[in-house]
Amino acid sequence: MSRSSAIEVVNVSKNFGDYTALDHVDFKIFQNEFFTLLGPSGCGKTTLLRMIAGFETPSSGTLLLNGQEIAQMPAHKRRVNTVFQNYALFPHMTLSQNIAFGLKNLGWDKARITARVGQMLEMVHMEQFAQRKPDQLSGGQRQRIALARALAAEPEVLLLDEPLSALDLKLRQAMRDELRALQRDTGITFVFVTHDQEEALDMSDRIAVMGKGRVQQIGSPKEIYEDPTNRFVADFIGDTNFLEGEVILLDGAKATIRTALGAEITTTHQGLTGPGPATMSIRPEKIGVGDQAEGVVLTGTVRARNYMGGFTHYTVQIGEQTLRLSRRNAHSHQDSLEIGAAVQVGFRESDARVLGQ
Amino acid sequence: MSKAFRFWGLVPAWALMILTLIVPILIVAGVSVAERGAYGGFNWAFDLSSYRQILYTVGWTDELEFDPKYVLIIGRTLLFAGGATLISLLLALPVAYYISQQSSRLKTILLYLVTLPFWVSMIVRVYAWLIILGNDGLLERIYRIFGGADISGFLFTPGAMITGMVYSYIPLMILPVYASVEKIDPALIEASHDLYGGRWTALKRVILPLAAPGLTAGSILVFVPCLGTVLEPMLLGGGKQLMMGTLIQTQFGGARNWPFGAAIAMVLLILVVLTLLLNARRAGRQMEATL
Ligand SMILES: Nc1ncnc2c1ncn2[C@@H]1O[C@H](COP(=O)(O)OP(=O)(O)OP(=O)(O)O)[C@@H](O)[C@H]1O
Ligand SMILES: [Mg+2]
Repeated sequence: MSRSSAIEVVNVSKNFGDYTALDHVDFKIFQNEFFTLLGPSGCGKTTLLRMIAGFETPSSGTLLLNGQEIAQMPAHKRRVNTVFQNYALFPHMTLSQNIAFGLKNLGWDKARITARVGQMLEMVHMEQFAQRKPDQLSGGQRQRIALARALAAEPEVLLLDEPLSALDLKLRQAMRDELRALQRDTGITFVFVTHDQEEALDMSDRIAVMGKGRVQQIGSPKEIYEDPTNRFVADFIGDTNFLEGEVILLDGAKATIRTALGAEITTTHQGLTGPGPATMSIRPEKIGVGDQAEGVVLTGTVRARNYMGGFTHYTVQIGEQTLRLSRRNAHSHQDSLEIGAAVQVGFRESDARVLGQ
Repeated sequence: MSKAFRFWGLVPAWALMILTLIVPILIVAGVSVAERGAYGGFNWAFDLSSYRQILYTVGWTDELEFDPKYVLIIGRTLLFAGGATLISLLLALPVAYYISQQSSRLKTILLYLVTLPFWVSMIVRVYAWLIILGNDGLLERIYRIFGGADISGFLFTPGAMITGMVYSYIPLMILPVYASVEKIDPALIEASHDLYGGRWTALKRVILPLAAPGLTAGSILVFVPCLGTVLEPMLLGGGKQLMMGTLIQTQFGGARNWPFGAAIAMVLLILVVLTLLLNARRAGRQMEATL
């Protein structure tokens, strides 16, 4: 793919004292992309975002914005805008004045600013609130104004630091769709920070999974869910069963692993260089039970059951090993499996993944 | 709480207010419209001549002549107090902002240091400036070390008085300004940079408006005592530049004209009340504007 990149993070490290918050981070964000930085708390997402905004400077490495080096450029000269986590709306200004703030600083003339502010208010459906102050708004409304303010000057890149985390569940879902639509309509590159994997999978074109100050994997939501390149990613994204085992044969992209399940499983691997200890990962929804057991079929005993509405989670013991699996409740009077019952479970070899340490 | 308790509970507070504030003001007001006694003091007889004296002198043939002498003093008082307030404000803002950016431990220490001068008697502190500004004082010596010509005459100037006033009252500016600057969310300053604003924009359009309550409170806290200050004009101004405080003091002292001193004191009181009223009206308008 030869898309041009909006942002290039070139081998960036950041130290706070002797703590390394970012450790040789290196990747590109393409033009018009909805790009998400996803990772657990403290992994350096905010630090990286603040660096792109201009509030932090890298300890080493550099940053390019549309090919231009910006690592030392002051924040107010970068054509990049931020939606802050707590919105950071100016409390002493009306919503219109908040939105006009950046445009005024860019030296736009009055008529153009007025027109643009009206357009932005319309875009976020807040026209009737133009003269209010931020403290007279609900969380969701503030969020919209923060978006309007940040998008008003049509930045080259929009940065969003966990913008949905302060909203309640229902609103969050609605705002996800709105944000996604906004990104498509404006064509502006969005860099979105979250530690909510569902949010990331739902909204992003590509996701960078971060952990321990490093980028662990970059790919489409499907890639990072279905083909995690290491144990950290497989563990952090979604739910999975890890089975420790021994790789006995390595043949190109395929590895054959022997685990406590007994059966030998041959499937794609990531990051193995030779036979030896490795981990197999199989996601709960990819394991069938009863008449849906196919592929590698094993016999076990139901140990636990959790009814979740759309799904029921079961824990099944097979020899020494337990497997968690989830069964879709496709019909309202579907029989559930009893605890203690003997069941057959099975999964396709191709759904399992072998991961290096 | 019972109604009776609420009433009787407030009695000590009311008594204190009446005894230490209302009664003295009434006495001063009374003296200001009394007749001047022949050998100091006053006689209880209604006489507005003290107020007339502020604007007029009585000529040879008993006609009233406008005399700007005291109006000048009142003007000078307003000017110097205003100047000292403005300078305090300009100095206090960066200091308060700097303190607000420090670690919480250092903040506590720095705030203590700001209040440190208050631990020493006011007279001692003003005398210290005599030594610094005086003939062959610290300032002149430093000036000479850096190759300056032999100069003197820092002391007994308006500059010396205002310096002394700023020094005496600036903690009263720094503390409220600090209190409001400290509450400003740093993200707001980042947001102003993010939205293409440089340092000047952040200061003018974010920090100053948000610090306004502290700036107003501090300005009042400095301006009001500066209006009535006595020590600085007396010691650092050498009595050459009379201000209202010194004028009142001399009327009750050497000049032995109590009614006139009381009249000037009443004018001072009115100026203070006007300042407070103007501010209250402004604050009220601001409240309305935000609603
Ligand atoms: N100014 C700073 N001084 C010292 N350490 C810092 C500073 N800023 C961040 N850190 C540290 O760097 C690490 C990464 O912080 P960062 O805020 O980037 O995490 P994050 O991924 O955004 O986490 P969260 O999801 O909790 O917001 C943390 O361990 C944090 O304590
Ligand atoms: Mg963060």
